[in-house]
Amino acid sequence: MKKEFRLLKGNEAVAEAAIRAGADAYFGYPITPQSEVLEYLMLEKPEERTGMVVLQAESELAAINMVFGAAGAGRRVITSSSSPGISLFQEGISYIASAELPCVIVNVVRGGPGLGTIQPSQADYFQATKGGGHGDYHMLVLAPAFVQEMADFVPLGFKLAFKYRTPVMILTDGLIGQMMEKVELFEQIPRATEFDQDWVATGKTPDRERNIITSLDLQADQMEKRNHRLQAKYKKMQEEEVRFEEIACEDAEYLMVAYGSSARICQKTVQLARDRGIKAGLLRPITLYPFPSNYLQAKAETVKGILSVEMNAGQMIEDVRLAVNGKIPVEHYGRFGGMVHSPNEVMEAFEEKIVKP
Amino acid sequence: MSIHVKSMDVKDIIKEENLVYRKSPLMTDNVLSYCPGCGHGTVHNIIAEVIEELGIQSNTIGVAPVGCSVLAYEFIHIDWLQAAHGRAPAVATGLKRVMPDKYIFTYQGDGDLAAIGTNETIHVCNRGEHITIIFINNGIYGMTGGQMAPTTLEGMVSSTSPYGRDVSTMGNPIKITELVAQLPGTYYVTRQAVHKPGNVRKTKKAIRKAFENQELKKGVSFVEVVSNCNSGWKMTPVKANKWMEENMFVFYPLGDIKVDGELVK
Ligand SMILES: Cc1ncc(C[n+]2csc(CCOP(=O)(O)OP(=O)(O)O)c2C)c(N)n1
Repeated sequence: MKKEFRLLKGNEAVAEAAIRAGADAYFGYPITPQSEVLEYLMLEKPEERTGMVVLQAESELAAINMVFGAAGAGRRVITSSSSPGISLFQEGISYIASAELPCVIVNVVRGGPGLGTIQPSQADYFQATKGGGHGDYHMLVLAPAFVQEMADFVPLGFKLAFKYRTPVMILTDGLIGQMMEKVELFEQIPRATEFDQDWVATGKTPDRERNIITSLDLQADQMEKRNHRLQAKYKKMQEEEVRFEEIACEDAEYLMVAYGSSARICQKTVQLARDRGIKAGLLRPITLYPFPSNYLQAKAETVKGILSVEMNAGQMIEDVRLAVNGKIPVEHYGRFGGMVHSPNEVMEAFEEKIVKP
Repeated sequence: MSIHVKSMDVKDIIKEENLVYRKSPLMTDNVLSYCPGCGHGTVHNIIAEVIEELGIQSNTIGVAPVGCSVLAYEFIHIDWLQAAHGRAPAVATGLKRVMPDKYIFTYQGDGDLAAIGTNETIHVCNRGEHITIIFINNGIYGMTGGQMAPTTLEGMVSSTSPYGRDVSTMGNPIKITELVAQLPGTYYVTRQAVHKPGNVRKTKKAIRKAFENQELKKGVSFVEVVSNCNSGWKMTPVKANKWMEENMFVFYPLGDIKVDGELVK
């Protein structure tokens, strides 16, 4: 089989990957910097290619609840938005998590708070990894750093979403969403024709019990049980789904931790540091929830300090600090509000905050 | 001479030939969570009967709202999704788009449909999704304890309009049903009631038509049922029905508004 390469924007890669991943439906609402997802899908006529449904909703409130509906029928459903729209998703995501429905949600993050800017940011880390909406829940969060991963994480996202019956978020940003890179496209995966009759609401047939998809348990003891079920899922994710990439970590004396765009930048900083004789390494978490805490806990025995490099005012740093539990100093560096740090700026901060003290 | 009158046993009355109304076999045995006198249960039974008579249980999915009928899924024996407050039309859209040949209906109160969910209501009716909307208008927020609804009449007392609805500051009651009838995506729009046997029969006909219309794929079929909320209105069920006839039906007149895609009159 000849490999298929295309030059694509990150957003286009998500859209093409959604069709190829055998998605049944996409519901979304335009917002910069991710509108190319919906635009690409509309142009591609996926209903002719695979039978996939694409609908422009009247709002993000409607879009996420369309996702809820189609996911309740056991379908592979995907949506995308950017920060302000993702805020509107939150009620729906909480319902989806509680009702234990699978879906993939892409957040092409822009600077905030409020209407903010349309430039890239990582300021939605807390919202993505800590729950976001009301109640005790998490999404499984994947953080692509390349356009290639924008494509590959779509089928991976569906796989994990159905394995755990949970919403999966692909947390990216305007930089990766807009950037063009060479992508190797995977082959078309057929859309599913059979659905897990244990839970889908597709119509009660005589051969099975009826299925009710709800997030409501008026009896508190029942609701506690549901919460225990969710927590057991999250524990299993922590045991089985942690993904990360180590860059020059083996002999590192000082570490940077960065994901997505920021990790791409820090990769260069590692080179700069090594050129200056500093034994620097980079940990790139690929899953932000579950977070590679065990790795960092172990690493705290050998490295002298960690710089958490994020395009925000310091959010992931809390997870890094929790992991190392006070053993070594952990500092934050990052530009934010839509500004992107340069490798040199990171280098300066790295020397000042981590290497020199 | 003494006349011996044999006292009649209930069992002698419950006979096939005496049967006027019955509980549909598609109604579960769960105890209804509604107040005595409330119309929700009657509408539930009608829906169950229609699904049963059309033989579409295995092809029907209901979407329950937030409101008194949040637990509708406990009572009608079909597959259900329970939606967030106001979002049932969006949930129904998601369902219908991936299962175009299934029967999808929402069941919503006035707060759900005409306040927090107005956007979804208007747009589902404008897109013309091939679904059925059952809209229970009791002029009040029943579930949360009788607060003012978008449909609360002028001067009507509720817990958040304790001196009566003052339209100059609280806004006017909304005739959402007339509004959606104006949209090209609605195919059948009607307003009915269930407080009397004759009305129950008419409502059943309307709901049956609203389900059958889904086969035509010509847009939304929208059935409003004006109903009482004796608890929220702080009246006995009998008085509530009388008050409903004298006040609600004046502002919300019963009858068809749009049939087969054409506005009536
Ligand atoms: C987002 C959100 N806001 C508010 C509520 C509280 N709430 C529950 S039911 C309800 C009103 C329902 O009234 P209506 O739709 O008229 O139905 P009824 O109970 O009268 O049948 C409200 C405001 C909620 N559950 N969710």
